[in-house]
Amino acid sequence: MRKKEMIAMLLAGGQGSRLGVLTEQIAKPAVMFGGKYRIIDFPLSNCVNSGIDTVGVLTQYEPLLLTKHIGIGIPWDLDLTRGGVTVLSPYVTGNQGEWYSGTANAIYRNLRYIDSHNPEHVLILSGDHVYKMDYNEMLTYHKQKGAALTIAVIEVPMEEANQFGIMNTDSTGRVVEFEEKPKNPKSNLASMGIYIFDWAKLRTALIDDNSIHSNSDFGKHIIPYFLDKHEDVFAYTFKGYWRDIGTIQAFWEANMDLASILPEFNLYDSITPIYTNSDNYAPQYIANRGNVSQSMVSKGCEIEGTVYNSILSPNVKVEKGVVIRDSIIMENCIIREGSILNKVIISEDTAIGSHVKIGQGDDTISETKPHVYNTGITVIGSSTIIPDNVIIGKNCDIAGETRFEQYPDGRLESGKSLKGEV
Amino acid sequence: MRAVGIILAGGRKTSMEALTNHRNNVAIPIGGAYRAIDFALTDFSLSGIKKVAVISQHNIRSLSDHISSSKWWDLGRKKSGLYLFTPDMLNADTLSFKGTADAIYQNIEFLKKSHEDYVVICSGEQIARMNFNKIIDYHEQKGSDLTIVCKKLEDQPVNDYGVMTLDADNRMIDFEEKPLQPESDIISLGVYVIGRELLINLLEEISKEGRHAFVQDVIIRYRHKLKIYGYFFNNYWKTVKDMNSFYQINMDFLDKDIRNTLLKNKGFVYTKAKDDAPVKYTAGCNVKNSILNGGDIISGTVENSIIFRKVIIEEGAIVKNSIIMESCLIERGAIVENAILDKEVRVTEGKTIIGKKNDPKVIRKKTTI
Repeated sequence: MRKKEMIAMLLAGGQGSRLGVLTEQIAKPAVMFGGKYRIIDFPLSNCVNSGIDTVGVLTQYEPLLLTKHIGIGIPWDLDLTRGGVTVLSPYVTGNQGEWYSGTANAIYRNLRYIDSHNPEHVLILSGDHVYKMDYNEMLTYHKQKGAALTIAVIEVPMEEANQFGIMNTDSTGRVVEFEEKPKNPKSNLASMGIYIFDWAKLRTALIDDNSIHSNSDFGKHIIPYFLDKHEDVFAYTFKGYWRDIGTIQAFWEANMDLASILPEFNLYDSITPIYTNSDNYAPQYIANRGNVSQSMVSKGCEIEGTVYNSILSPNVKVEKGVVIRDSIIMENCIIREGSILNKVIISEDTAIGSHVKIGQGDDTISETKPHVYNTGITVIGSSTIIPDNVIIGKNCDIAGETRFEQYPDGRLESGKSLKGEV
Repeated sequence: MRAVGIILAGGRKTSMEALTNHRNNVAIPIGGAYRAIDFALTDFSLSGIKKVAVISQHNIRSLSDHISSSKWWDLGRKKSGLYLFTPDMLNADTLSFKGTADAIYQNIEFLKKSHEDYVVICSGEQIARMNFNKIIDYHEQKGSDLTIVCKKLEDQPVNDYGVMTLDADNRMIDFEEKPLQPESDIISLGVYVIGRELLINLLEEISKEGRHAFVQDVIIRYRHKLKIYGYFFNNYWKTVKDMNSFYQINMDFLDKDIRNTLLKNKGFVYTKAKDDAPVKYTAGCNVKNSILNGGDIISGTVENSIIFRKVIIEEGAIVKNSIIMESCLIERGAIVENAILDKEVRVTEGKTIIGKKNDPKVIRKKTTI
């Protein structure tokens, strides 16, 4: 059998519960980012731009949109006769079936997929992060060091280090200790959740660990296993843009950064483009009364209103008299006449009625999910309908087809949550 | 499949030399995101005609680059495909195609190996959305030998077209190519439906007689012998004939109704996928009544214009009533008005390009002003 030097396994089964209604029906890796992209486009494009042509995508939570998006991998040139992209979902064997119970468990359950490609190295990625990285450079480092495991790390501010998995290394880059969210961090090298393993060693580790931990996890079990066995574990320091957009605020900020004149993250270079499954929408049209500035606008959009400091995904209609500020509007949404939107994230296929006001009033944080909606951003779910003439506050979340009667006096106060028919 | 498709990718157009010197006519950029041939390719695909031959002999590079993968139009399937036929240099007799009929005749094996009942022949320069199935239905219903798609040109001169005279049942009685004194205002759009076997027989017959032109030697010569019908197409239809029509067609995309007709009502137009980032509008920009495409970065003023992909318009630059093709750079304070900028033109700081309203100034590819 022909050998592949390295294949990638992309963990895309997570929910991303801190993204609230954005991930209610959509797995986090499939959430739209930067206008036309979905989060998974970043690791998938990185793979292709790094010359990796075999990628297993592990799905579990709400896989429909994700699976449709990946298809047979055409946008990433991963529609190949040997290798390419394969969606790997949990399955039943014999007379029993189980969900993936941990990150390493998910890989363990797909040993046969990896074996079928007979790789020397396996790259483990997650579908949760936005960044551009050449995995090939990391592989070169991995081989130079003769490592059994190389972990990509990024320097974070020392005061935030207690929120990450921290690698303590010696002067050669060898990892001597790994601490998950340490109270008193000894270093600021945070794990990016990107690993290159020697496949033979990972294979053994997965089998061993699975007999001990039924929820086998890379951070909790596999990395400690390698360290305990005194395997060669090295940290590879990545310099560049990398974001874990795990919260509503982080998601909003990372998007807004792209609207600035010179964003830290460059989507406009043609050497390492980010590929995505963009439908054949028409080019965008800005009408005579349209007014767009400090924004990113995607294909198929038609703008007759004002858009300022905002990110618009493909095929968004902005009718006349609409004013959108500091907002993110995802694919196929329509914002009808005269509506005023401030600091709102609107998920896909949603219709906002005419003369609606969103983001008004005080800063009361969410009553039901204070840990999710607390920075003033109102979030509206996918396939949602907002009726005409309602006023909606800050830190609200709305999902489903809502009717005017559900809004007391035509209002939804800040911090309130509303569910319509699905 | 009911039919195979043939796209005739035209001859040289000297009147458009500045734009077509280095590119095939049907690869000319249209509507901010497309090439002219995308319209015919998309409609073939959406009409279920998935085996399509493109016949061409000039500037093949730009065309073959565009159609190098047929997957963007859903054509490259087990029983289908997109074929590019060019003249065969090995045969001393066929250094080039001698006419439209000859172009098809030289590739007659394509027709002989097919088993579909009909052939649909379409020009690659037309900008229109056609449901070819409807035309084939009409062809069958009329018991027609050859159906020619036609249009009444009410308020324009027809001298530059093939002009058809039809009877009450739309059967063609007469056909004149570019008549000096036209007897009708019905023009042929150069789109034909014909039985595959009949076409093979006709092409072999006229070739033996040393005849090579489809219009002259098939339509006109056989106008009484064959049952030829006209099929009226009433929607938007224009063809890239010259610089003026090229400019006008592009500007038509600023009209909402035309945009809906061409890009929406019959489904999206497919084109080769590009992976550009969304358009960036910076804080000081001012964009009105314009079409823009991926990868653009706009900091200046843009009015009534069609901006293709990867164009950069810097602060204080003004672009009005213009067509700006891929990868142009309009620097700070430059003014571009009533102009057509081919790809990769750079207008340096403060420079001015101003054309006339009815005679846009054309700047050649890769020029620096």
